Amino acid sequence: MPTNILMPALSPTMEEGTLAKWLKAEGDTIKSGDVIAEIETDKATMEVEAVDEGVLAKILVPAGAENVKVNTPIAVIAGEGEDASAATAPAAAPAAAPVAEAPASAPSVPAAPKTSAPPETPEFPADSPMVSMTVREALRDAMAEEMRRDDTVFVMGEEVAEYQGAYKITQGLLQEFGARRVVDTPITEHGFAGLAVGAAMSGLKPIVEFMTFNFAMQAIDHIINSAAKTLYMSGGQMGASIVFRGPNGAAARVGAQHSQDYAAWYSQIPGLKVIAPYSAADAKGLLKAAIRDPNPIVFLENEILYGQSFDVPRLDDFVLPIGKARIARAGDHVTIVSFAIGMTYALKAAEALAEEGINAEVIDLRTIRPMDVETVVRSVMKTGRCVTVEEGWPQSGVGAEISAQIMTEAFDYLDAPVIRICGKDVPMPYAANLEKLALPNVGEVVAAAKAVCYR
Amino acid sequence: MAGNAKSRSKSEADAEPAVPAFTKDQELRAYREMLLIRRFEEKAGQMYGMGLIGGFCHLYIGQEAVVVGVSMAARPSDQTITSYRDHGHMLACGLDPKGVMAELTGRRGGLSKGKGGSMHMFSKEKNFFGGHGIVGAQVSLGTGLAFANRYRENDSVSLTYFGDGAANQGQVYESFNMAELWKLPVIFIIENNRYAMGTSVARSSALTEFWKRGMAFNMPGEAVDGMDVRAVKAATERALEWCRAGQGPYILEMQTYRYRGHSMSDPAKYRSKEEVQKMREEHDPIEQVRARLLAGGVSEDELKKIDAAVRSIVSEAAEFATQDPEPDPSELYTDILL
Repeated sequence: MPTNILMPALSPTMEEGTLAKWLKAEGDTIKSGDVIAEIETDKATMEVEAVDEGVLAKILVPAGAENVKVNTPIAVIAGEGEDASAATAPAAAPAAAPVAEAPASAPSVPAAPKTSAPPETPEFPADSPMVSMTVREALRDAMAEEMRRDDTVFVMGEEVAEYQGAYKITQGLLQEFGARRVVDTPITEHGFAGLAVGAAMSGLKPIVEFMTFNFAMQAIDHIINSAAKTLYMSGGQMGASIVFRGPNGAAARVGAQHSQDYAAWYSQIPGLKVIAPYSAADAKGLLKAAIRDPNPIVFLENEILYGQSFDVPRLDDFVLPIGKARIARAGDHVTIVSFAIGMTYALKAAEALAEEGINAEVIDLRTIRPMDVETVVRSVMKTGRCVTVEEGWPQSGVGAEISAQIMTEAFDYLDAPVIRICGKDVPMPYAANLEKLALPNVGEVVAAAKAVCYR
Repeated sequence: MAGNAKSRSKSEADAEPAVPAFTKDQELRAYREMLLIRRFEEKAGQMYGMGLIGGFCHLYIGQEAVVVGVSMAARPSDQTITSYRDHGHMLACGLDPKGVMAELTGRRGGLSKGKGGSMHMFSKEKNFFGGHGIVGAQVSLGTGLAFANRYRENDSVSLTYFGDGAANQGQVYESFNMAELWKLPVIFIIENNRYAMGTSVARSSALTEFWKRGMAFNMPGEAVDGMDVRAVKAATERALEWCRAGQGPYILEMQTYRYRGHSMSDPAKYRSKEEVQKMREEHDPIEQVRARLLAGGVSEDELKKIDAAVRSIVSEAAEFATQDPEPDPSELYTDILL
């Protein structure tokens, strides 16, 4: 059957072009790959190669023709002994993609599914025996327990093995699990993050320790482009069960390049879960959950919290739900929402406020993505007021997201605008006095809570 | 070089025994598989021209001998990972041309349900790990596949492809270092098609002999005539043997050529028509096999039958990819998290 050659689109944006030159004449024999014509697009002159073989039976659009629409037949190729006239009728434009059927009244973009928090159940039996441990010990125990449970879990990073961890989080793991599963890497964040994602794509469950999340900026391409997007891009065939963990945010006096909070950055990415615990119990229960989770997880720790002690349930297998906020202190006058080290300001502020007769409800988000908006909204419906606390910068921060969610979900319940307490909008200074000014403090939180209570 | 690493210069490689001949069956297999890739890519180019394929579309025409030669040497359990110029690799891995083409057209029957596109396709079943759109990212990922092989103590090798352009990315050398340090079973297959988009290797690379790029890590490498499918297969067999023996990674610089532009919208003004024409006429990987088959007594008719069979597979794929519906709107929010 004779075949029409159509005016090709040669760029994602081309709609029409000039047929500059024919390089074959009627009657010429054409093989696939032969350049048959030159076409000028909006950007460049391109060669058109034949795909079909045969004889150039008829040229339908002469050289020099301008504004030839894409998909207009420009020539006819006939096979051996065929009559070209059969194909000279203008071919219909290629069928538009059959659009998936949807009711005519349906909106063109389906609504995003609401993520609702796991049901309210006690996280551990009330009579569980408790043991006091530091966040550091809780994190190590979580990794050790999961490594005992599952041979595909391994930890890698700088100084995690022989040095026992730059912050001693992996202390003793090399001795128990050996060098196969506790892997010292060269200083090569981009490379080892990519290597770990590759290992995860083939079914292992890596825990990647970044000495700090500041260094993970060298690896952020793999966290986002390789880990977070692969499940979607593969149509659900393969993803990466992987935990990226390490200290995040400001330590003390380490200056601008070592003092950044990445919670808001990673929380923007569909395909990631972002966890930022405050207490040792949450650190343990959520790290165990993160290691078991089949998705890529960014687990943000804090150097200043590593040495702090908290009660942790002494249970054989203490795992907490990801995506569930915790009401750290109940109250009904104002809601204070925070996470990670921000909780230290929030809880101290709540104590100070109580002395002035203001009962603050303090919510620890624990997971930044998926965010437990339901718990926050329920609290704000009760208090009518909200203050957010984080060490990260204000613009597009976690507090900004919470404010927007509250405005959408609980606008009519608000008695005052939400106030965000954030790190100041500056690179972290080194000088002790300036650093103190750059970070949030308890006084700011107290003042904000009073302001939203009009006191 | 120190240690047990070996390195062949091109002249040393030439001194190797002549490229081993293929049996008739091997020649026919190579011919069929390379032809399938070429016809598929020509059709993809045509469908792009008709507006059926959107965005970017990077064709593999001219480079077919590389992936076919490697796949003839590899086992199904070996993993393949590559860049965005990935259609040929998927076909060589045995993936259904319909699924590949339907992904190019963004339809529900595509390998990634239409959600990945030309540059992002995967197949767990065929050990094909993508399809990556960030230049060089697949090199670290492929090294991770090899890390997993060593962790599991299996016998598989990661076949990690990248181009001469990606060879200048920093993470490539981070990966080389870890691969050699930990003796990971990975072959770094550098497809040197002479141009990183529009920049020739001479204008982008201080050392244009890419097979030497592992020397700082004591990693062996060799240059291979990537237009000769027999040479590709033989070199891959040597590299696979090295990897499977636990000796660590290996570099194969496949010297090849892409006939088309970097992507569909590249007019390729950075090289002369004569250069392209010379490669097509004197070094075409498919024509080489075809000439040997004819000289070996295979009839034109037999080859015509193969051509017709390949064309029919490609037509069916194109037909499927045109008729298959777009993904259901509900797919917008699926496959984000497990």
